[in-house]
Amino acid sequence: MSGTDLLKVEDVTVSISGRVILRDVNFRIDQGEFTGLIGSNGAGKTTLLRVILGMQEVASGRVTVRGQALTRSNRSIGYVPQKVLFEADLPIRVRDFVALGVDGHRYGVARRSRATLGLVDEMLHAVEAAEFSDRRIGSLSGGEQQRVLIAHALVSRPELLLLDEPLANLDPGNAQEIIQLLHSVATGQHVAILLSAHEMNPLLPVMDRVVYVANAQVASGTTDEVIRPDVLSTLYGHHVDVLRVHGRILVVAGENVDVGHVVPEHPPFVVE
Amino acid sequence: MHWIFEPGLFSNGSVRTALVLGAMVSIVSAAVGVFTVMRGQSFAGHALTDVATAGGAGASLAGVSPLLGFIGGGIIGAGAMDAIGVQRVKGRDIATGVVLGAATGLTALFLYLVTLHSAATGSTQQILFGSVFTVEPSTVPDAAVLSVLVVAGLLVIRRPLLLSSISVELAAARGVRLRAVGVAFMAMLAVAVGLSAIVIGAILSTALLIGPPASTLKVANRFAWAMSLASVLGVLATWLGIVMAYDSYYWFPSHRGLPVSFFVVSLVVVEFAVASYVGQRRKARIIVAGHDPTKTPEQVGWV
Repeated sequence: MSGTDLLKVEDVTVSISGRVILRDVNFRIDQGEFTGLIGSNGAGKTTLLRVILGMQEVASGRVTVRGQALTRSNRSIGYVPQKVLFEADLPIRVRDFVALGVDGHRYGVARRSRATLGLVDEMLHAVEAAEFSDRRIGSLSGGEQQRVLIAHALVSRPELLLLDEPLANLDPGNAQEIIQLLHSVATGQHVAILLSAHEMNPLLPVMDRVVYVANAQVASGTTDEVIRPDVLSTLYGHHVDVLRVHGRILVVAGENVDVGHVVPEHPPFVVE
Repeated sequence: MHWIFEPGLFSNGSVRTALVLGAMVSIVSAAVGVFTVMRGQSFAGHALTDVATAGGAGASLAGVSPLLGFIGGGIIGAGAMDAIGVQRVKGRDIATGVVLGAATGLTALFLYLVTLHSAATGSTQQILFGSVFTVEPSTVPDAAVLSVLVVAGLLVIRRPLLLSSISVELAAARGVRLRAVGVAFMAMLAVAVGLSAIVIGAILSTALLIGPPASTLKVANRFAWAMSLASVLGVLATWLGIVMAYDSYYWFPSHRGLPVSFFVVSLVVVEFAVASYVGQRRKARIIVAGHDPTKTPEQVGWV
């Protein structure tokens, strides 16, 4: 494609302790796009996100952001990790935590500027967290915590926001709210989003593209390009069917297929 | 007022030295301690006190300043713990435990040698449990310089340290150099423990380090308040402890004062009990205030 790609992952191979986690991975993300990183648990989604963050070394291949090689602390990428557990006793208010998204890496004694505090307020409103901005971060519910983590990641004005399984541990109503929120952020602030999930259906209304991980490899493109029997069968290395039922997509493996470590379930099983 | 401040309290030079030193040490301990508790490194902090004890005993044996021994021991211990892997959550307790064991063994040896070679009794008591009234006034300037260095250092690294204390993953994603920040903090912890050792003794310095911050985290919602409140609680316990120890000389006909450390640690425990109670009460009030009239008691979780 052209040089306007925000993120480009080219021929990336990652192995950890001698085991190949990702092999020859290629995909790109354009400015302001909403991309779902879909795959079952253990498929390598988190590893891929850590590669993009520069926190995981690659065996070969390269990742570029706006054509530039990765640096260890890339200001243009925001990150919401999986399973952040805030201790209940932390004397940190929501707004203080979000402000650390601006200056948490900075040394020195300078006070926060009025502009920074304004930006923090703006973000708290954007994620609808203003009403609990003076509470301790350890006192939040799962959905509230997810909003606050998103605000923390967005407040440094990144061009790309990575989220690792932000919908796990949320009930369907909360998950829908977070998805809508991310969608409005992506369009409103022109931030590209790469969100990992093991379940793609909640994302179908907002997803521009999908990066599907299985068998240490990925297939990427629009949902219609990727979620097809031929593409996914090649990816999995065995036959799978794609069923569309009531607007939902089910990826189903045939009977008696050895699927290795992918998803050990009763056949016929649903991968989604 | 006679029954609170016994005669001669403020005209006594060693009491004045004790009060000045006690305040400085309490503030440094509180500042470092808030991070120590937040980072879940209380055990590491305690192990450093044991290494500091070995250092203090060694200093006594070699005839050098106890402060130098305490802090030197602490720094060496911090280095050893870092080398073994105190920065990793999983290896943390092992690294701490190994260093703690080795240090306590050394303390046993040094203290044995001290009693063997020294005619003066009470130096073991002094190293383990402190005796702030016998500290040389010349120690005060050294302690002051170290205190200022630690507090200034903490101020400089406070944001990366805070973020890495909240979540290692988030800090790493922001580009915080976790190892460097962790090592710098361990060094500050070692100095704080050494300073605290000269006031309430090496073994008990954990009490000043962990007690007031732990009390504070029960009630404070903001980081700056936590720092201030922990300092106030620490200074209060230390000063009151010093006054009570001085007064205790007059409590018994035998005219034998009780140890300062006993009073300071007791007051720290009382503060913790009060803070826990206040924290519980506040939590209960928030739940009541957050009552949603549209929900049944079952939904709210009251029944």
